[in-house]
Amino acid sequence: MSEWKKLAALEEIPRLGSRVVESAGGDIAVFRTAEDQVYALHDRCPHKGGPLSQGIVHGGRVTCPLHGWNIELASGEAVAPDLGRTPCVEVKLENGVIYLRV
Amino acid sequence: MQKMKLVVVGNGMAGMRAVEELLKIAPDLYRITVFGAEPHPNYNRILLSPVLAGEQTADDIVLNSREWYDANGITLHAGARVTKIDRVRRLVIAENGVEAEYDRLLLATGSNPVMLPIPGNDLDGVIGFRDIADVEAMVAAAARHRHAVVIGGGLLGLEAANGLKLRGMDVVVVHRHAWLMERQLDRVAGCMLQQSLEDRGLKFLLEKDTGQLLGEEGRVRAVRFRDGQEIPADLVVMAVGIRPNYRLAEEAGIHCNRGIVVNDTLQTFDPRIYAVGECVVHRGVSYGLVAPLFEQARVCATHLANFGIGRYAGSVTSTKLKVTGIDLFSAGDFMGGEHADEIVLHDRQGSVYKKLVLEGDRLVGACLYGDTADAAWYFQMLKDGRDVRDIRDHLMFGQNHLGDAGHKGQTQAAAMGDSAEVCGCNGVCKGAIVKAIKEKGLFTLDGVRRHTKASASCGSCTGLVEQILASCIGGAYQPADSKDKPMCGCTDHSHGEVRQAIRDRHYLDIPTVMRELRWRTPNGCASCRPALNYYLISTWPHEAVDDPQSRFINERAHANIQKDGSYSVVPRMMGGLTTPAELRAIADAAEKYKVPTVKVTGGQRIDLLGVKKEDLPKMWADLAQAGILSGHAYGKSLRTVKTCVGAEHCRFGTQLSMAMGVKLEQMLLGMWSPHKVKLAVSGCPRNCAEAGIKDVGVIGLESGYELYVAGNGGIKTEVAQFLCKVASDEEVLEYAGAFLQLYREEGYYLERTVHYVHRVGLDYVKARVVEDAAGRRELHERLLYALQGYRDPWLECVQEPKLRREFEILSI
Repeated sequence: MSEWKKLAALEEIPRLGSRVVESAGGDIAVFRTAEDQVYALHDRCPHKGGPLSQGIVHGGRVTCPLHGWNIELASGEAVAPDLGRTPCVEVKLENGVIYLRV
Repeated sequence: MQKMKLVVVGNGMAGMRAVEELLKIAPDLYRITVFGAEPHPNYNRILLSPVLAGEQTADDIVLNSREWYDANGITLHAGARVTKIDRVRRLVIAENGVEAEYDRLLLATGSNPVMLPIPGNDLDGVIGFRDIADVEAMVAAAARHRHAVVIGGGLLGLEAANGLKLRGMDVVVVHRHAWLMERQLDRVAGCMLQQSLEDRGLKFLLEKDTGQLLGEEGRVRAVRFRDGQEIPADLVVMAVGIRPNYRLAEEAGIHCNRGIVVNDTLQTFDPRIYAVGECVVHRGVSYGLVAPLFEQARVCATHLANFGIGRYAGSVTSTKLKVTGIDLFSAGDFMGGEHADEIVLHDRQGSVYKKLVLEGDRLVGACLYGDTADAAWYFQMLKDGRDVRDIRDHLMFGQNHLGDAGHKGQTQAAAMGDSAEVCGCNGVCKGAIVKAIKEKGLFTLDGVRRHTKASASCGSCTGLVEQILASCIGGAYQPADSKDKPMCGCTDHSHGEVRQAIRDRHYLDIPTVMRELRWRTPNGCASCRPALNYYLISTWPHEAVDDPQSRFINERAHANIQKDGSYSVVPRMMGGLTTPAELRAIADAAEKYKVPTVKVTGGQRIDLLGVKKEDLPKMWADLAQAGILSGHAYGKSLRTVKTCVGAEHCRFGTQLSMAMGVKLEQMLLGMWSPHKVKLAVSGCPRNCAEAGIKDVGVIGLESGYELYVAGNGGIKTEVAQFLCKVASDEEVLEYAGAFLQLYREEGYYLERTVHYVHRVGLDYVKARVVEDAAGRRELHERLLYALQGYRDPWLECVQEPKLRREFEILSI
């Protein structure tokens, strides 16, 4: 059974940045955009498993630090012409607090 | 809001490229209707020659399928020739009665082949070489007839002749001029080309004027020349030139002058009507090559999108022939003349001819036959107007000298098999690149990089990829202009323009730059943000905001990310010197944090590889106890100053190279730069510190030091160039500091010193650093000012808890 769990205050993640969350199913990367939207993805690039949490966030995307693939934060899809998808994790923001559904 | 109506007349390469560009930047602005006279979707006209030669099929060369039109909501009327534009009612009317209203109209009606005004030019079997129908007619003729005559020995004529020959016909090329392709080649190259085509079985009649075409039962049977000679002909292909097709526009009362006249925004004299492609005349010139048309399309799209940016200022073009196995290239003023100098290499036996034409110290033209490996390089210099004084002595021998790593030193793409690896970084072979170019309709280096990853990592195979592109698409491939190339897809501004704006307008943070320079994306991308951050902090030290989120992870985490997501820690060892106490602290840290790999680096220090990110601050804290600083092995910054033992111990040493190295490293501590910077100091000319391949190399002599700059031991070995000789340690610091500051102020992000110096020329660097003593001191002082108050990033992390957040893992 998955359930919503409290993660941290929004301020704990820098704008246009991310933090890593340890979980039983592997590391999760939680991202914050310039407009304070929050997204969560498995911390593995579909290309060669690079840690997306370490990439540069721009618009609604993150660029993997290893080989520069761009991944859509909302869907986990690689931006064309690359093909691949990173699983998403449900995330929500309530009163400045981030919750993950795990 | 109701969408505006855009009607495009002409379903060819220029018109559809403009539509594609428009959809990229303003996908929802227009309801688009396209009229095409041909019954096909948009195809790659440049590849008609390979289709004729049987190397590709008509389906292979389709650029935009009918599904593409549907997917983008475009109404396509294929096979509907537009016959009238009603500018009052803003309406176009096609032959088949279809009408469409427009708010904006884009004319891309292309050109028509010139048909010589001679008797018999309307006989069956007399055609031009322009579209799929012409190719089909030629293929059909080749199956039934024997004698083909191609009138015109230019680019198109020769490609047609070659294709017909491959289809089994007897082909005679008739040309008025004394040698082939006189618009692109000089006499020597033209004759060499003729020789190799004759070896393939083509026949030539030069300096011949065609008088009339003779027929029999309505079909052509012979060509008669003005001198009375007659040759048999079952098929006559007229390839004597093209003429802009502007009748439609002219009849609509739009100003034309041998083409539709447009301004720098591709607008005609009717402000609602734009025009691009072969049908236009821009500043008195019409272009028949695809690259300029694409530039026009891009500019036109920005204006159709109401962005109002971008001007088309004309194009410098180059030519390649698409006849498999023949390499020729020409650009600019390839004939030369009294006002110009020529550098010529001619190897008759080896069938290689190269002519470079210079005016003063600039390359103004090139004509290459047999070896076109350096075509892109020459063309780039020609377009950039680069001063070539400092490389003039080896200009002829091209860009490829020693040490191109990663593809077995292969410099000739043509000589490579399909399975040969082109890109060693990403394991891409030639066949895969060729396939992607053909199947995806790629025209640019960038396109190949995105689709295949070839040349997208270290870039050493860029030249090869450019050659492959050029051989697949011929003249359609034009290397980008390095000076005006946009930084990335987020902006149309070049690196140089952005640097200039940051300096002139005193911008201090990234959001301001993006707002003022009208970035297209809300917060840039992974390539422009690090560049902007560097430009800001290097231009306005102690003032500009340094944004960690705009730095690549290595600079954010002060360590080098590895393929498994772990990091490497490299402590600073100035001049490669260390102490037993430091080594003990490093050994202790390595054991405590279970570092799996300990390695000595090429820069004379120790690399601890495989450290978990969350352990980094703890490890730094331990190292800081022993006074150990960050080695910046991870940054676009000062890396190492490598030294030899020098006069301290060495029996040959003339200078104290270790001490000099330490002084340099101390001075440059914490220096960010466009790319990494490595130095070396050798104590004598034996040069054990390998100073000849460093960004700054110092070589000790009895009488002082020699300074070398812009060397590189990486992807491509580049030997450093001699800058000057100095007498004292203080001068080494001042000259080296001034050079590096010049590079810091003027270099483009990710441009190594070698590329910077190639771009601006060594003479310029000497003028600024060696000859101008006051300027040199100012540069040096600006460097020292920028580096004032240096704080070690590892120590900062240890001391300030909030900086450690980057390294801490959250849990739920």
